[in-house]
Amino acid sequence: MSCRRMMLLSSAMVFVLVSSAVAAEFGRLATPDEIALWDIDVRPDGKGLPQGVGTVARGKDVFAENCAACHGENGVGGTKDRLAGGQGTLASAMPVKTVGSFWPYATTLFDYIHRAMPYQAPGSLGVDDTYAVAAYILSLNGILPPDGRLDNHSLPDIRMPNRDGFIPEQEFSKGSK
Amino acid sequence: MSERSVSEVAWNRRRVLVAATTGVVGSAVAGSASAESLADVPAREPGADLGALSARSKYVQIGRIPEAGPGRRNVNPADAINSKAPLQKLVGAITPSDLHYERSHAGAPDLDPSKHRLLVHGMVRKQLVLSVEDLKAMPAVSRIAFLECTGNGWENWKKADGDLTVQNTHGLVSTSEWTGVPLRFILGLVEKETAATWMLAEGGDAAAVARSIPLTQEIVDEAIIAYGQNGEPIRPAHGFPIRLILPGMEGNLNIKWLRRLKFGDQPWMTRWETARYTQLLANGKARQFQLRMETNSVITQPSGTMQIRPGYNRISGLAWSGHGKIARVEISTDGAKSWQEAQLNLPALPKAQTRFQMDWNWDGKPTKIVSRSIDDKGNVQPDRDSFIAKMGTNALFHYNAQQTWSIDQAGRVQNVLS
Repeated sequence: MSCRRMMLLSSAMVFVLVSSAVAAEFGRLATPDEIALWDIDVRPDGKGLPQGVGTVARGKDVFAENCAACHGENGVGGTKDRLAGGQGTLASAMPVKTVGSFWPYATTLFDYIHRAMPYQAPGSLGVDDTYAVAAYILSLNGILPPDGRLDNHSLPDIRMPNRDGFIPEQEFSKGSK
Repeated sequence: MSERSVSEVAWNRRRVLVAATTGVVGSAVAGSASAESLADVPAREPGADLGALSARSKYVQIGRIPEAGPGRRNVNPADAINSKAPLQKLVGAITPSDLHYERSHAGAPDLDPSKHRLLVHGMVRKQLVLSVEDLKAMPAVSRIAFLECTGNGWENWKKADGDLTVQNTHGLVSTSEWTGVPLRFILGLVEKETAATWMLAEGGDAAAVARSIPLTQEIVDEAIIAYGQNGEPIRPAHGFPIRLILPGMEGNLNIKWLRRLKFGDQPWMTRWETARYTQLLANGKARQFQLRMETNSVITQPSGTMQIRPGYNRISGLAWSGHGKIARVEISTDGAKSWQEAQLNLPALPKAQTRFQMDWNWDGKPTKIVSRSIDDKGNVQPDRDSFIAKMGTNALFHYNAQQTWSIDQAGRVQNVLS
């Protein structure tokens, strides 16, 4: 056997060894139960929304207790993001971007509150209270009535006022691979 | 003393302070340093004991500046949302890790790497849990790349405050060598389904920052699950123990404290790709998934609040592009009327900051200096007027207009719009 052939052969063997090591040794299979603990994302079509329900009325109380300190009593005038109003200002010199004026999907509101709020204790609100506080914020923006309610079926059907306000970049909007 | 001479005294004092604190940088004023004769240079003597870490010289005053948003400077660190790199005091192209800019959405978490896990799931054949040790055992790559916060430059959208330094205007960009596992290797490991065209990356911070990443060929080829920064484990502020690195793409996509990758066939429309990091145009519509950082440059020496003397001055700065390599940088010393080519410090690496410099003899008359970069794909950094005509003044993110510094008769350098 020529030297060159031997080298080719041995590099092929190394490749086989590496491949089998790759298949066997990195990490472990995730179990469905542990995936469920972390699988919190929600898509615009509602995929990922947990089963639950909340009312605007309940949301008002949850908001007062957990959110108003930073976001203001009615989602306005706090030290952190303003949550209500601003509709019709986006093309002005002083645009006011809020859930009502800017956010294109109501599902994002649930996802964000659920994953990141309240700031000091994210994830501490229960599922029903998360629906409730999302319902309340939507009501502050005139998107739900004061006696409204929200659940995992109705949330994805809400059409936000600025739903068509975005221009996705061609290069990155398809995820081409 | 007249008001004018009082202010000149103040500037002169400042100049001496600058010379005393910056050392290497600020050579134009270095003549005022104290060793006038070699006899005045302190005698040699045995130095400090050797230790586990080497600290900076006590003569070097260098640090980041925490800020809270456009125009909200000098804030309590508890209110800061970012911390800017001192570009005016850096040399070369690599940013020391402790001076690398930081943008964190709920502080920098204290993560124990032995307990940290990366879950890879969704549209894959094998849903895996990987430890940091698993990742470190995999084939690795290293790459020098810039990271830039999408908000870099946001101080100058509507107006230019004259008292800003380049740290204030452009301090949200830095360059490091990143080491880690190519994303492509992970995709093979979990056997990603071909129908999966998007990947959700999520952090282990309290905000659980999450972004939908389109799996373009470029991103699949270049993305890294990184655990190393400039030769050492990534520091907590920058994502310890692991983070995503997507060279050339907006900083927020490079998820820090990475703990979950999920594959799907459409974007999730998280808060950070809808309410934030979308660019509101003058007509009220917003650009979305504008993920690439644009062709950019800034003169760091001389720059805002510095003072120069007539005669020889060396202009130096940094250029970068999310499209590829910096091919050329041009400098104007007459307010963008004429341009000269600057010298690049080679090698100019793709999607990394490149240092440029040029000799200049200032005639002592008021003028404006400005740089513009051109990358190897032919993209030219726009002048401010054409940039604003395209993007309006409400976009908040992705500002890459040319940065102009005005120089008055006394040599004082100030931030201006153009």
